[in-house]
Amino acid sequence: MGDLDLLLGGLQSAATPENLLYAAIGVLLGTFVGVLPGIGPAMAVALLLPVTYSLEPTSAFIMFAGIYYGGMYGGSTTSILLNTPGESASVMTALEGNKMAKAGRAAQALATAAIGSFIAGTIGTLLVAFFAPMLAEFAVTIGAPSYFAILLFALVMTTTMLGSSKVRGFLSLFLGLTIGLVGLDLNTGQARLDLGVAQLRDPLEIVAVAVGIFALGEAFWVAAHLRRKPLQVIPVGRPWMGREDWSRSWRPWLRGTAYGFPFGAIPAGGAEIPTFLSYVTERRLSRHRDEFGKGAIEGVAGPEAANNASAAGMFVPLLAMGIPVTATASVMLAALTSYGIQPGPQLMTEQSDLVWTLLASLLIGNTLLLVLNLPLAPLWAKLLRIPRPQLYAGILFFACLGAFAANQDAFDVFLLLAFGLLGLAMRRFGLPVLPLILGVILGPIMELKLREALTISDGDLSGLWSEPLAVAVYVLTALVVVVPIVVKRVRPDLDTPAAEVARAAQDDERVGR
Amino acid sequence: MSRIVVAWSPDDYGRAALVHAVAEARLRGLGLLVVNASRGDALVDDRFATDDDLAGVRAELDEAGLAYDVRQSVGADVGDQVLEAAAEVDAALIVLGLRRRTPVGKLIMGSVAQRILLGAHCPVLAVKSA
Repeated sequence: MGDLDLLLGGLQSAATPENLLYAAIGVLLGTFVGVLPGIGPAMAVALLLPVTYSLEPTSAFIMFAGIYYGGMYGGSTTSILLNTPGESASVMTALEGNKMAKAGRAAQALATAAIGSFIAGTIGTLLVAFFAPMLAEFAVTIGAPSYFAILLFALVMTTTMLGSSKVRGFLSLFLGLTIGLVGLDLNTGQARLDLGVAQLRDPLEIVAVAVGIFALGEAFWVAAHLRRKPLQVIPVGRPWMGREDWSRSWRPWLRGTAYGFPFGAIPAGGAEIPTFLSYVTERRLSRHRDEFGKGAIEGVAGPEAANNASAAGMFVPLLAMGIPVTATASVMLAALTSYGIQPGPQLMTEQSDLVWTLLASLLIGNTLLLVLNLPLAPLWAKLLRIPRPQLYAGILFFACLGAFAANQDAFDVFLLLAFGLLGLAMRRFGLPVLPLILGVILGPIMELKLREALTISDGDLSGLWSEPLAVAVYVLTALVVVVPIVVKRVRPDLDTPAAEVARAAQDDERVGR
Repeated sequence: MSRIVVAWSPDDYGRAALVHAVAEARLRGLGLLVVNASRGDALVDDRFATDDDLAGVRAELDEAGLAYDVRQSVGADVGDQVLEAAAEVDAALIVLGLRRRTPVGKLIMGSVAQRILLGAHCPVLAVKSA
């Protein structure tokens, strides 16, 4: 078990006081941004990027990993106490969790979410440590055509699996790919989409794009909808669980983990499907089926575990192949590049210290979160009382500072503003943000692989499907696009996450809330 | 007919204001307008009454046998919302609860009471909670 030794070595280097401090800062910050709807871990990591340039890459990544996991924990707190799921992955948690909270069982709902997340996150991280090296070893051997096909698969999967409208998803993806084209062509030195501006000949500062879309876009959006009727937050004490809660929770935790991890590990993106599958499974298997819709603990435990297991699984494609499938992962990938580290299959061997310390710090961060979150839950709920003008003023300040600091050029601040307006427009017209960010970050890598493949085949397009693996992946991609359409034709009554949420809303009305 | 406006929130200060407003209303034989306002810029505002809080106030005022209205509003400034309500019903008196606030706290957070005191066109009764 060489991997286990490496992981232990990682634990040793992660457990220095300095790194533990960064892990603690990361999880606290992550929970902070996770609790507040609209501000997610992706925005937090993007905002922190310029600040971390002076840090060791390892320390920075320990902090980012803490933010990522912390964001998941924080999100579940908000969806349970406020019924405002911050992201699509927490929708299923909110379904039963908020009902539990309304019935006076908020403490148990928070506890099962926190402990379930801890278990799923820990198992998931161990599985990453097991699978990522194997996949990386295999990934080194695959050629450019197959790599291109896999990247295409990842983009198509994340775009089609996300949200309700595929058209909007692809619109956002193509916007992203276009933005990714800006700059000098690497082979010929031609300027592309530079609009005659000298600063646009360099590739776009990824901080400006990510911070503009996530932070400025959200701030503009909130400014446009500033005053709303305040929501009711359900008061909560210290989370705890009784014996019956434990016995009803542990099986959903494990089943949720089993659903979540594979969905995160294949570059398919999104925890929406595994959380939904977990919810449906728990409802079918539960001995307390009548409680579903009224606050069943299984309906919180399962999806929440699935959510975190898929968050962990996402590290497999990120570390082994350099393919991010979530917004946070893509910003992390951009961070890697900015440290001069080349993401891809060789990362596991060339930067093995970084990788194993990162994985070990995920385990540490997960434990920290459990220790922090159970007693601090009432405090986190207080964060929801922060007035938005003050909060977003702070975010805007850091956003502009970060964009300016990278090159000390006012042009970047205007660029930031332009992307902020784009972010506002996307929110206004319901375009998902994730495909755009993936397009910006994966676009140039895809182009590189496409060029490589075409160089090998001497410009012959058939070179793209010269490898069996590439053909298999293309077939899979086609199936992913076609099968849901066919299934919808043949069985229109099949459950979908959207239908499930709509039904829950109807139930609410019938009860006359 | 002119009425008494009370700036109310579901806490000790609102409680004190309401008690005195009810006493004044009985004395003068006037109706009450209970105003509960929020800036609405935070996700959660404890001073914005829940349905249960509102039902509690209604039950209390029903028991007191007074003519009353309860109004909830969201706007840029809580003080202005109370003043607007007062102008609308041609208020005979505004009743509000005073909270203790340090000079620094007042500088940062502002003061609803101060705004109402300075802007009102009728007498203002400011009460402290016990």
